[in-house]
Amino acid sequence: MVDFTLGEDLEALRSSVREFANDVVAPVIGDYYERHAFPYDIVRQMGKMGLFGLPFPEEHGGMGGDYFALCVALEELARVDSSVAVTLEAGISLGAMPIYRFGTDEQRAQWLPRLVSGEALASFGLTEPGAGSDAGGTQTRAVLDEATGEWVINGTKAFITNSGTDITALVTVTAVTGVNPDGSKELSAIIVPNGTPGFTVQPSYSKVGWCASDTHELSFDDVRVPAANLLGERGRGYAQFLRILDEGRVAFAALGVGLAQGCVDESVAYAKQRRAFGKAIGEYQAIQFKLADMEARAHTARLAYYDAASRLVNGRDFKRQAAIAKLQASDAAVTNAREATQVHGGYGFMNETPVARMWRDAKILEIGEGTSEVQRMIISRSLGL
Amino acid sequence: MKIVVLVKQVPDSGADRNLRSDDNTVDRASASNVINEMDEYAIEEALRLQEAHGGEVVILTVGPDRATESIRKALSMGPDSAVHVVDDALHGSCAVATSKVLAAAIAQQGADLVICGAESTDGRVQVLPHMIAERLGIAALTGARKLTVDGTSLTIERQTDEGYEVVTASTPALVSVWDTINDPRYPSFKGIMAAKKKPLQTLSLGDLGIAAGEVGFDGATSTVVEHSKRPPRQAGNKIDAGDDGGSKLVEYLASEKFV
Ligand SMILES: Cc1cc2nc3c(=O)[nH]c(=O)nc-3n(C[C@H](O)[C@H](O)[C@H](O)COP(=O)(O)OP(=O)(O)OC[C@H]3O[C@@H](n4cnc5c(N)ncnc54)[C@H](O)[C@@H]3O)c2cc1C
Repeated sequence: MVDFTLGEDLEALRSSVREFANDVVAPVIGDYYERHAFPYDIVRQMGKMGLFGLPFPEEHGGMGGDYFALCVALEELARVDSSVAVTLEAGISLGAMPIYRFGTDEQRAQWLPRLVSGEALASFGLTEPGAGSDAGGTQTRAVLDEATGEWVINGTKAFITNSGTDITALVTVTAVTGVNPDGSKELSAIIVPNGTPGFTVQPSYSKVGWCASDTHELSFDDVRVPAANLLGERGRGYAQFLRILDEGRVAFAALGVGLAQGCVDESVAYAKQRRAFGKAIGEYQAIQFKLADMEARAHTARLAYYDAASRLVNGRDFKRQAAIAKLQASDAAVTNAREATQVHGGYGFMNETPVARMWRDAKILEIGEGTSEVQRMIISRSLGL
Repeated sequence: MKIVVLVKQVPDSGADRNLRSDDNTVDRASASNVINEMDEYAIEEALRLQEAHGGEVVILTVGPDRATESIRKALSMGPDSAVHVVDDALHGSCAVATSKVLAAAIAQQGADLVICGAESTDGRVQVLPHMIAERLGIAALTGARKLTVDGTSLTIERQTDEGYEVVTASTPALVSVWDTINDPRYPSFKGIMAAKKKPLQTLSLGDLGIAAGEVGFDGATSTVVEHSKRPPRQAGNKIDAGDDGGSKLVEYLASEKFV
């Protein structure tokens, strides 16, 4: 039996987050976006309602939910706004999750309580100015200084989400720590607390979209952290971030579905009310079919992420399904955003219209956490190609 | 301190709402039903008092079977338990009869403090808080925008059109609140999961010693005999911004006694 309906608990969570998004986020987010300002107050309230703790067990201060619950919450947030949704997505998938999954008891005890409550954010620094899709191109180096028992880190990370807010506690960086027997780079992950001497958070980028989310370049100049800040095993950095990215893709797919559905919500409402040539534009079949296609895209992409997320939480292989969901959802988001703008006519090109924000926010979904090309590489590899 | 919070399930005020054509009561079957908005503020206030002073928070609802959805949602915000009075004979009850049922249930529970919303978005009669307090013989502090508790003494700021009045009483008492009093929390996932395991006691009229004839249509002191839809909005009066537009506008405002 395949049943795609959510259980009572997830439905209740969905409606709680929907209310929050409509009442708390929707009225004010446009203003933050215009000012390229980070919405501290919204993030604080998200923390208060336990969103940053969703997939973590109660012993770590979490809500005792799972990744599926996180995805449902992300979809509802992204339905209203993507900056807020990605702040939560990155805060959990890229920030707290690596520490929860790979951290020692000490590292978990030190960092998780504040991350899980949303009082603090963590970021994940993988991408570099010269290495994105191809993480093998990582240049950042970490050398263990045996004399002091410290890692000495040098390099630059690019486009790192949540890395420079007032409440950012740390970045987990991937760095080359040696050479593997086969001659490839040995990659490891190391926790670097914000404020460590030599670690500089560069000014915010000027972004096309996600304007209320926090993104910086980070530079590391002889940054010293204790050897104990190694996250997980030395040389396991590559395998670890692949796991993190596989999971993150499912969450990213939920973001895409939320945006795609938000475009449907806004466009249906507008089509009923906007009149042209004596009728509501929603009475013209050209518009109706656009809206029907938009709904179909959002729906199928949702089923794809439900599948990937349920495999993930049931401990089954989900790599291919995650890539498919991410590919479909980001495509649905970009296409729906373009069509929603079209349905809104000139108003759709004005920044104060929600679908304009969605249009600007959609494109990154085909780039972040693995580009669409990378998703296709993963899918074709799973086909034995 | 034991706090009983009154929670009513009402049709969503943001959606289409109707009265039933057969008996002129609120159509609850076809509407999407939610917790009465003001009651969420009452729950929040009770939870804040509990966080500050300890004690117990109990939800009390009188309503049909399906009101359990709203009770579970209320519990997911954090209260400890709930009591649901459900009885077919309650259908058609007026405010006076409902207050009798609520008062009986509160008396049975025993409460230091009863907190409720100042009005419900369906009935909007605003009389229930006073009636319940009267029946229980306790003080009614109504229309609060702020509540402070110090031991057994209660102080509220009662919201008025001009400002506010400071009113005090001591427990046991009833406080009704407006939506200016706080910002209700949103249920967390942990709260949602925990709500399923919280005690929910179901009571009938018999359990409260109330006869069926005292409530419902039979016991109603007032009944709706007829209703019709609100007439569609009339087209407005348009005044062109011509030379005499200003004086015409003033004339109109004066004729309607707006100025
Ligand atoms: C707003 C924002 C937030 C981000 N947040 C984070 C973060 O928190 N942490 C982090 O580590 N990174 C983050 N990133 C980086 C993001 O993950 C990368 O931008 C992404 O992985 C792509 O890498 P790149 O930009 O270097 O593009 P490139 O890898 O240079 O790719 C350029 C183009 O070439 C294509 N391409 C590359 N290789 C192949 C191939 N083999 N076959 C076919 N096509 C190929 C790509 O698909 C793409 O179309 C963020 C980026 C942005 C814009």
